Amino acid sequence: MRKAVIPFFLMCISLNAQNPSAKEIIEKVDRNMSADSRVFTSRMVIHNPRNTRTVESKSWSLGEKKSYTEYLSPPREQGTKMLKLEDQLWIFSPSTDRIIQISGHMLRQSVMGSDLSYEDMMEDPHLLNHYTGKVDGEEKLNDRNCWVITLSANTSDVAYQKQKVWVDKDRFIPLKKELYAKSGVLLKRMDLSDVNQIQGRWFPKKILFKDVLKEGEGTEFQIEEINFNTPIPEYIFSKASLKK
Amino acid sequence: MIMFLLKGILRDKQRSLLPVIIVIIGVFLTVALFCWLNGVLNDSIELNARFNAGHVKIMTAAYAKNVDQLPNDLAFTGVDTLLIKLKKEFPKMVWGERIHFGGLIDAPDHRGETRTQGPAMGFGIDLLSGDRSEIERFNLEKSLRRGRLPLHHGEILMSDEFSRKLKVNPGDTVTLIGSTMNGSMAMYNYIVSGTIVFGTGPMDHGSVIADLEDVRNALDMNNAAGEIVGYLADNYYDEKKIGQVVTRFNSLFPASKNEYAPVLVTLRQQNSLGQMIDQIKGIGAFAVFIFVLSMSLVLWNAGLLGGLRRYPEFGLRLAIGEDYSHIYFSMIYESVLIGIIGSVIGTSIGLLGSLYMQHHGLDLSSMMKNATIIMPAVFHTRITPTAFFIGFIPGLVSTVIGTMLSGIGIYKRKTAQLFKELEA
Repeated sequence: MRKAVIPFFLMCISLNAQNPSAKEIIEKVDRNMSADSRVFTSRMVIHNPRNTRTVESKSWSLGEKKSYTEYLSPPREQGTKMLKLEDQLWIFSPSTDRIIQISGHMLRQSVMGSDLSYEDMMEDPHLLNHYTGKVDGEEKLNDRNCWVITLSANTSDVAYQKQKVWVDKDRFIPLKKELYAKSGVLLKRMDLSDVNQIQGRWFPKKILFKDVLKEGEGTEFQIEEINFNTPIPEYIFSKASLKK
Repeated sequence: MIMFLLKGILRDKQRSLLPVIIVIIGVFLTVALFCWLNGVLNDSIELNARFNAGHVKIMTAAYAKNVDQLPNDLAFTGVDTLLIKLKKEFPKMVWGERIHFGGLIDAPDHRGETRTQGPAMGFGIDLLSGDRSEIERFNLEKSLRRGRLPLHHGEILMSDEFSRKLKVNPGDTVTLIGSTMNGSMAMYNYIVSGTIVFGTGPMDHGSVIADLEDVRNALDMNNAAGEIVGYLADNYYDEKKIGQVVTRFNSLFPASKNEYAPVLVTLRQQNSLGQMIDQIKGIGAFAVFIFVLSMSLVLWNAGLLGGLRRYPEFGLRLAIGEDYSHIYFSMIYESVLIGIIGSVIGTSIGLLGSLYMQHHGLDLSSMMKNATIIMPAVFHTRITPTAFFIGFIPGLVSTVIGTMLSGIGIYKRKTAQLFKELEA
């Protein structure tokens, strides 16, 4: 009897070691994807039904609450700046020399006609702070072994109440996401690729966003350059910096 | 004989005055009601045509499907080429490009920060090219309440009610916050040049009008337009002529699977206007029918009474040897003359009154304050060819029929008893 129990016990320990819990997976994902601060330049290629546009920007973010973005091109958008503090967003338009505040549901509107909302663009949430997870199983995606996790929001102030995430088993970065509304309706799909090791962490530099409620072939969000945990002067996150 | 009867009518006021007055009143009311209902229908159609629907409207197929959402991302691009073709193929139509958009009007405080905001429905129309068609169609000069029309780029007109709500005056700067054709957020500064009263509730609550090119700049719609509206040259919606335009358009632009292909919709096909036109026409026709019928009964009765009132006279005429039929037909001729005189005078008064109301209208704006559909606040009458003869139905036909019925009694009179009646 003892001979039988010990291998069974060891097998259980071994299985447990191979199958981390959803919380452990999310923690590792957060460690790769989120940071205390981020500064990055990005290129957004927006594939509308009638044309394709490219928008370049530079963003600074501090934790989950503060974010600042300045558009570099095209000429029509150049100099447009956005400041997000908590759930309030100010936009500066150089052609009007005005700062306009938007808040509430407007934050879920499209940025520059892309498939990203202001929240998608400017927030860097730690998944563990907002979601509880459940491992649904394993799948192979683009020749990578993935955990399939369902995340359910534990707060009501998140944009997506449910997420289904395919997490690379080896690198602990999401390779695919499906984002759902509270009603269960699929809102967006994200395909993450071009995974690189940056400052000791794995990070996908290319994300294809597809708003399934919108026509078009989606928006490619390409990170050109990114720095994690670099000090950012506090004045960046002030309304005064918008007009500078 | 007719001259003899006419002289009798004119000289014997006791015999003719009352019937003629009754006919005049009845015919006047019939003509006035007919012109009024015509006017209300026409005003409603024309108002919708001028501000929104055109006599026809051309959009991309995709835009037409979602027209209520003002989807400028689905607007025409390269619109100048399409306009050249339309002007060439439909020389009797007047065409105009428009951008219909929604957005927020933001009024800043002295520091440039938002003081107040309000949702606006906007029109980008040709104000500055020198062609005054759209200015006249929107009746902007007469609608101006404060300030002036835009003379330069970057100027905007606001509905007076909206400007007062936002506490904005001519000369102030406001920012339009909207969405570009590509879906980006659009912010564009305008100087308010003047305020206007459209005279229709939904438009007065929150509308702005700017020059088409300015709106194109604001919404990144270079050489693009959401809608091309077309009007018949005489500015009067004629379904037959519009039918010909539709046939020609469909042969030039056959149905296509391309969602940006141009499609044409007529005024009737927009905003349930066809149903509204049919309903108003139906109700109007029914009201006119009931009124004509009731006036006919009144005038018939007047003819009947006229015949009965002259009962002793006919007895005397029979007694002195006049033929039954001669008396009967002279009565009918007389009623024809009374009907014609009354109808001509009644129609003339009705038409003159309607002509006055056609130009000046009746201001019912105080009753339309909370209207949610585009309805005119000042109603006008409209004189159509039918108005010239509709009054003759009760005025002439009914009077004569009444006389004919009452006159039948003449044949029942017995000559032997006539002198006894006279003695009595």
